[in-house]
Amino acid sequence: MRPALPVLTIALLAGCSGETTSRLATAVEITGDEITAPLLGLQGDAARGEAAFAEREQGHCVLCHAVEGLDAEFQGNVGPALTGVGARLSEGQIRLRIADIQPLWPDTLMPSYYRTGGLNQVAPAYAGEPALSAQQIEDLVAYLGQLDGEST
Amino acid sequence: MKAGLALLSAFCLTACGDVVADTKSPPAQPQPLQSGYEFLQPQTQALQDDDFANPGFLWIDRGEALFSTATASGSACSECHTDASLPLAGAAAHYPKIDAESGDLINLEGRINLCRTRHQNEAAFEYESDELLSLTAYVAYLSRGTPISVDIEGAAADWYARGRDYFETRRGQFNLSCTQCHDDNWGKKLRGDTISQGHGTGFPAYRLEWQSLGSLHRRLRDCDAGVRAEPRPYGSDDYLAVELYLAKRAEGLEIETPGVRR
Ligand code: HEC
Ligand code: HEC
Ligand code: HEC
Repeated sequence: MRPALPVLTIALLAGCSGETTSRLATAVEITGDEITAPLLGLQGDAARGEAAFAEREQGHCVLCHAVEGLDAEFQGNVGPALTGVGARLSEGQIRLRIADIQPLWPDTLMPSYYRTGGLNQVAPAYAGEPALSAQQIEDLVAYLGQLDGEST
Repeated sequence: MKAGLALLSAFCLTACGDVVADTKSPPAQPQPLQSGYEFLQPQTQALQDDDFANPGFLWIDRGEALFSTATASGSACSECHTDASLPLAGAAAHYPKIDAESGDLINLEGRINLCRTRHQNEAAFEYESDELLSLTAYVAYLSRGTPISVDIEGAAADWYARGRDYFETRRGQFNLSCTQCHDDNWGKKLRGDTISQGHGTGFPAYRLEWQSLGSLHRRLRDCDAGVRAEPRPYGSDDYLAVELYLAKRAEGLEIETPGVRR
């Protein structure tokens, strides 16, 4: 019953290369603040993306983000509203922000949804898995990319 | 060896751009200090305010009865703890604290179990058992309105540092730390919840989501599970250390057991 040394983070195991790709679920090329190529070359679907954005079992992004006109009650405001985000950010920028926003904003509350490496105390049920699949992320990119502030 | 590892990991954490617990600067503290009560819906506040409607009193009543029931092999709590000798009013506000006999950090649950084993010759109650929850709620209730004030000097210092470290370390698949929600983002909306400053002053508390009274450690397990981290066991050293950190961080706020929460 004595306090032990503070737990060392598994960052050690991740290799600490500082390269984002090494900690993502699959190899990904990052250019500036974008991932230009779709993950695994998959095609996104905006309607599925909208569902993933709202549903608790999927992205549940409404926990922190609101989108005007979206059919979901109690949308959060911990993150910025994403109404019209497609006019602000390119698809590649959105893709990077969903996949692994933390290198961009080290203190951010936004989870990195395609990250598997360098994490600490992950519950066994989720260990080694990204929070969202490549397909779900592509669907979200398609959904958010078309939110240009005009169509909705 | 130890120092080497620690250095290496500090370097790696920095290099990877992750949040590192910086133990030299003073810890973040929400200002002004506000109990979780302040962030509740009016109807939930009303439920806590009304001693007849507050469901937590079901446990407090059971706790009071247990407190004055003699055990088979020993005496009732109430035989040793009266208004005149070893009174318990206000006692809960100073927990967790170091138990002088063993040198371990104990919370209120642990203290009650020590009286079970040392003074009543009974087996310790299981964490989260109805008996332990009831007695803990009753004893905490005897301190309702007393401002929290805990000792973090001496043997408690290492525990406090460990609690702070746990509070500031990112964990889980979502890779979030307690401090990011409860120091940096309190007052904001996480869907239907308003994030509070994360004080334990209402516990054991009745949570509508649990449909039951539950310990602070049960709440901590929910927060850890929320970021998809593996929760620590009830009564674990990590949670005891966090409990001490939380108590120091909440110093000055009053005990409000039985709290009612969403
Ligand atoms: C726990 C809170 C939280 C959750 C859950 C969350 N986000 Fe975020 N998100 C944030 C925060 C906070 C920011 C702002 C970044 C910063 O400044 O730290 C952000 C930023 C973003 C941005 C960049 C916005 C801009 O204008 O630059 C996008 C895009 C985004 N989030 C999409 C998503 C998607 C899609 C999901 C769900 C799969 C999601 N977020 C889930 C908190 C969250
Ligand atoms: C992703 C955000 C998030 C993280 C990370 C988080 N919590 Fe919480 N916490 C919440 C929410 C939401 C609630 C429920 C509303 C409230 O009371 O704040 C809560 C409630 C609490 C409460 C009960 C407050 C009350 O008055 O009832 C405590 C204590 C607490 N958290 C401590 C912690 C600790 C310790 C950690 C880290 C081990 C932690 N939290 C991590 C969001 C979080
Ligand atoms: C035979 C006597 C005896 C019985 C029975 C007893 N206690 Fe105690 N209790 C003590 C003594 C003596 C202390 C002071 C610390 C010590 O010496 O262990 C104490 C300390 C405590 C404290 C800490 C008070 C403080 O100021 O820190 C609490 C809380 C407590 N007891 C609760 C209980 C409960 C609840 C029961 C029944 C389950 C109980 N006690 C049964 C003798 C008793």
